Amino acid sequence: MTDARGPLLLDMRGVTKRFGGLTAVKDLSLQVPRGSLFGLIGPNGAGKTTIFNLLTGVYRPTEGEIHFGGRRVDGRRPYEIASLGMTRTFQNIRLFPDMTVLENVMTARHLRSRQSLADAVIGTPRHHREERRTHERARELLAIFGLDGLADEIATNLPYGSQRRLEIARALATEPALLLLDEPAAGMNPQESRELMDLIRWIRDEFSLTILLVEHNMKVVMGICEQIQVIDYGEAIAFGTPAEIQRNPAVIAAYLGGGH
Amino acid sequence: MRGLRKILAIAATLAALAVLNIVFESGVGGFQVNPYYARIIDLIGINITLAVSLNLVNGLAGQFSLGHAGFMAVGGYTATYVTVAHGAAIAGLVGGTLDGGAGAFVAMLVSLCCGAAAAALAGFLVGVPSLRLKGDYLAIVTLGFGEIIRVIILNIPAVGGATGFTEAIPLTTFFWIFVVAVLTIVIVRNIATSTFGRALEAIRGDEIAAEAMGVRTTRYKVLAFVISSALAGVAGGLSGQLFANPLNPQQLNFMRSIEVVVMIVIGGIGSITGAVFGAGILTVLPEALRTVDQQFPGLRMVLYALLLILFMIFRPQGLFGRREFGWSWLRLPNRTKIPVALSDAADARQHTGRRPVDRRSTLGGSDTDD
Repeated sequence: MTDARGPLLLDMRGVTKRFGGLTAVKDLSLQVPRGSLFGLIGPNGAGKTTIFNLLTGVYRPTEGEIHFGGRRVDGRRPYEIASLGMTRTFQNIRLFPDMTVLENVMTARHLRSRQSLADAVIGTPRHHREERRTHERARELLAIFGLDGLADEIATNLPYGSQRRLEIARALATEPALLLLDEPAAGMNPQESRELMDLIRWIRDEFSLTILLVEHNMKVVMGICEQIQVIDYGEAIAFGTPAEIQRNPAVIAAYLGGGH
Repeated sequence: MRGLRKILAIAATLAALAVLNIVFESGVGGFQVNPYYARIIDLIGINITLAVSLNLVNGLAGQFSLGHAGFMAVGGYTATYVTVAHGAAIAGLVGGTLDGGAGAFVAMLVSLCCGAAAAALAGFLVGVPSLRLKGDYLAIVTLGFGEIIRVIILNIPAVGGATGFTEAIPLTTFFWIFVVAVLTIVIVRNIATSTFGRALEAIRGDEIAAEAMGVRTTRYKVLAFVISSALAGVAGGLSGQLFANPLNPQQLNFMRSIEVVVMIVIGGIGSITGAVFGAGILTVLPEALRTVDQQFPGLRMVLYALLLILFMIFRPQGLFGRREFGWSWLRLPNRTKIPVALSDAADARQHTGRRPVDRRSTLGGSDTDD
């Protein structure tokens, strides 16, 4: 299941994104095998979040193609991509405000709820069954993330670390095949980051996920990723295992600002 | 089991409304409801439908629409026109007349359905382009729409133009008004408590996150808007066919839309219970203040405005906030803010197994920590 040489789940082919005169991502190709824990790193402003926005349909590539699970997905709307099995968390946490922790996760079960609007309006048995299932699944996820005790709290009132965990729980509620984590360890202390690393590894195995991770915390990236793609100024500069990346002169130059 | 309970509840509601209908419309054994009070209660019912339906868009989905009077006008004029032009024929289909019984019932049902359909269509046409816009733009577009409808109606002699649709046949009864009000509450509540309601709330909270979690944002906004418009159309149909209350363009200007917005704001935006109470208060208050007018003519509306302003100053979240009345009223989930210091402390304990230091005690109770 976790064979790093498995078939590709995500395949970005020569993707370029230009905003006016600025090229944020330039001719980037990215191959993420199914079941892998894949890291995407690069200095600030390298284009990592732009890549996430391209993958999830927030932006449309200027050039190139994105294939996910054998389907071409570039140019599709974010909700379509989510329904195909790719969900994300956000660098600047985007929980639904004035919803409780439980409601946040239940909302993300929307895609998996098999009921029509008419079912809901009339209150058919199917509606009640689906709502019960939604509630149960959401509770299970909260339990996994140690948030069940906070189920009825307003989500945005949680401490920062818990909000990050809740965002992952919410993303998992959509039952994705590919989970994109945008700086999940940001703002966490070393202890929290270590717990997060265990959690990411565990959910990958437990939910048979593929995980694409953007992270600044090198301890986290090097500790859990099997393959790492390094980008700088929107271009791929290195690819390899954590050990290879740590020795790569181009990477060291990019991070230390040398090489000229 | 649940099905049986539901059928019983529907039957009981209809029976209760039918009995009340007799009391209100014809009186029982010499007892007659004061027609003035009966009229106010009728208007409360219509306003409940308007407020609760608007709440679906403005409260739940968080889209600021100011065009409810416009949709009310589209539905109201359509429904009234249907009975004026074809009512007798429709009643004839079931072998009745518009004077009462099955004929009047069917004619009213058909007219309200036509009103709902026309208003829904208008809602779709306005919603599709404008719900792609964010924030204030929707308010501007819907406000403009309402005014356009009003001006169009002013210029159609067949529906009375500026004098109003005085040919309307008074088919609206207490029964119709409150069946529609209850139905509106049930529809909106059932949507709100389902996965669709959560999707709408997600749109209100964070559209980008909602879409990333698989919510088709534009589609649901349009859907909510269309349902809301259709219900406003039915309210219009009821209002236009109420005895001695013909629709006229002046009564359906943008002030009417704003009045409905104020109802849901007073009640607590997003709360269905709040919308119901808001509709009640805003219908009764201007009437109750009429006694003031007898002594100080003109003071009524000043007081009305003042009361609304004071209410908003002292209770900006509205009467109910986002909460709903329910049988579990006394054990509602605790949605109050957790004090930040407390939650951080809990978090620190959870991760380090160490109790956080109480700053106050280390400062020896000095006053400097404030």
